[in-house]
Amino acid sequence: MLVNHDHHHDHAHSRAHACQPLGDTVISVRNAAFGYGGHAAVHVDHLEIRAGEVVALLGANGSGKTTLMKGMLGLVDRLAGEVDLLGQPVDQLRERTPIGYLPQRQSAAGPIPVTVRELVRSGQLSRRHPFGLRRDDRAVGSVLDVVGLGDLGATRVDRLSGGQQRRALLARALVGGSRLVLLDEPFAGVDQANQEAIADSLDVLLHDGLTLVVVLHELGPLEPLVTRVVVMDGGRVRFDGALDDAPPQLLHMGHDHDPHGGPEPPHGLGLVR
Amino acid sequence: MALALVAANAISAVFEYDFLRRALIAAVLVGITAPAVGVFLVQRRLALIGDGIGHVAVTGVALGLVLNRAPVAVAVVVAVIGAVAIELVRSLSDTSGEIALAVMFYGGIAGGVVLVSKAPTGSRNLTQYLFGTITTTSNGDLVVFGVLAAVVLAVVLLGGPALFTVSNDEEFARALGLPVLAINLTLAALTALTVVVSMRVVGVLLVSALMVVPVAAAQLFARSFRGTCIGAVLLAVAAAVLGIVVSYAADLPSGGTIVLMAIGFFVLALVTSSLRRLVRSAGGARG
Repeated sequence: MLVNHDHHHDHAHSRAHACQPLGDTVISVRNAAFGYGGHAAVHVDHLEIRAGEVVALLGANGSGKTTLMKGMLGLVDRLAGEVDLLGQPVDQLRERTPIGYLPQRQSAAGPIPVTVRELVRSGQLSRRHPFGLRRDDRAVGSVLDVVGLGDLGATRVDRLSGGQQRRALLARALVGGSRLVLLDEPFAGVDQANQEAIADSLDVLLHDGLTLVVVLHELGPLEPLVTRVVVMDGGRVRFDGALDDAPPQLLHMGHDHDPHGGPEPPHGLGLVR
Repeated sequence: MALALVAANAISAVFEYDFLRRALIAAVLVGITAPAVGVFLVQRRLALIGDGIGHVAVTGVALGLVLNRAPVAVAVVVAVIGAVAIELVRSLSDTSGEIALAVMFYGGIAGGVVLVSKAPTGSRNLTQYLFGTITTTSNGDLVVFGVLAAVVLAVVLLGGPALFTVSNDEEFARALGLPVLAINLTLAALTALTVVVSMRVVGVLLVSALMVVPVAAAQLFARSFRGTCIGAVLLAVAAAVLGIVVSYAADLPSGGTIVLMAIGFFVLALVTSSLRRLVRSAGGARG
């Protein structure tokens, strides 16, 4: 598996280079193990993401996509290896430039009502500007327009539909004007029309040189934007390269694909190609 | 009629008696600071942490009484140290943290009771700090409370966005690179300062009610976090001032009276908002 993985990895880079020049390495994961409570759930030998890439992290439920993304951000226990984020070790980021992050779900907040605008504004803070003194209400307004919530700024987040809440959290991830955006299932609970609207707005942002890492169940409307796919299975990277080169059986996650005899994924990726 | 007479008496007493005026000023300071800190505790689902910090402050007050000097100043130091320790234990430990917190809370009370038995004034004084009384606030206390309240408010106003972001979604705050532990420790220290501001008129064992109950009442009506903050401060100031007046007029302990006022507001808000929801759903069914 390791050989296979490395082969595709190199292949992907040569291919991507042919298409467009890639920038500096923005995320680097080396020989890392991530997990919770001292128990490793995800092992990654080598994963590098460079400026300007659009990387889809694919895999079935429980394959380790979310844990890997949290590992890149330093949000889960790192039991081994190294992670560099924007050229610095992830746990030593003193001058952290803004990073956009859409978590799979918002961590439990209390009972106090929060408006969409209040939620989105919180995405403008950073280590450099922890007091929010550079708050920019126009940026909040325009990012709400981008995700299609322009009229709902004063609405309580808990009164929105599931898909609208997802879009509010996406707006919070994008409002800081970050060059590096990590989205965990941005389309969960979002209907088809809004998925396409979000993909269109991400497309616009990508023209400004955004680097995007997206955890996805299926590529959906993001497929034309993706420059590289990383397929996870059983806590390990099974493929890393261009979508066209991905073995179809990995993307389709059939019933007898797993050469390692590992546990079967609960269901396929549903990737229609 | 009788009520109007009581009110008129109380108002004239405010102008007549210095102790009552001082108690009212202290009550207003508590009414502003307690919910301003409490909204963040409630949103983090840590409503009872204020109570725990109050318990630890008991040891501080007792230590001050034993040393026979500046119990307020000693309480500031002990409460802040205790609050920082509580937050460190809470945020750095996993499941065993709850037990450690319980031990600290009980230890705070037990240590206070034992210490104060050796104080020259005996344990009589401790009750005043635990549950509040309107007669004890000195001019010196007021200056200390005023400075502490100003510090608490300045930090909440300046650091509000960061406190909000961490209490609303701690993992997201860490992804932003915010210094989450430092922000949480700041909130714990602010809670400790608020406990001390409250110790004369509300008492360290009852102050956490003013951090939580007005917030619980305001969030029933508010449409935003900001609206909840403003509503909670207004309710808490009203409860504190009314509580002092009633406490004077009816010769009741001030801390208990203030907290019962706040709970009265909460019940009123709960009933009103339930009725409003009933009416609205009935209207919706008709329409």
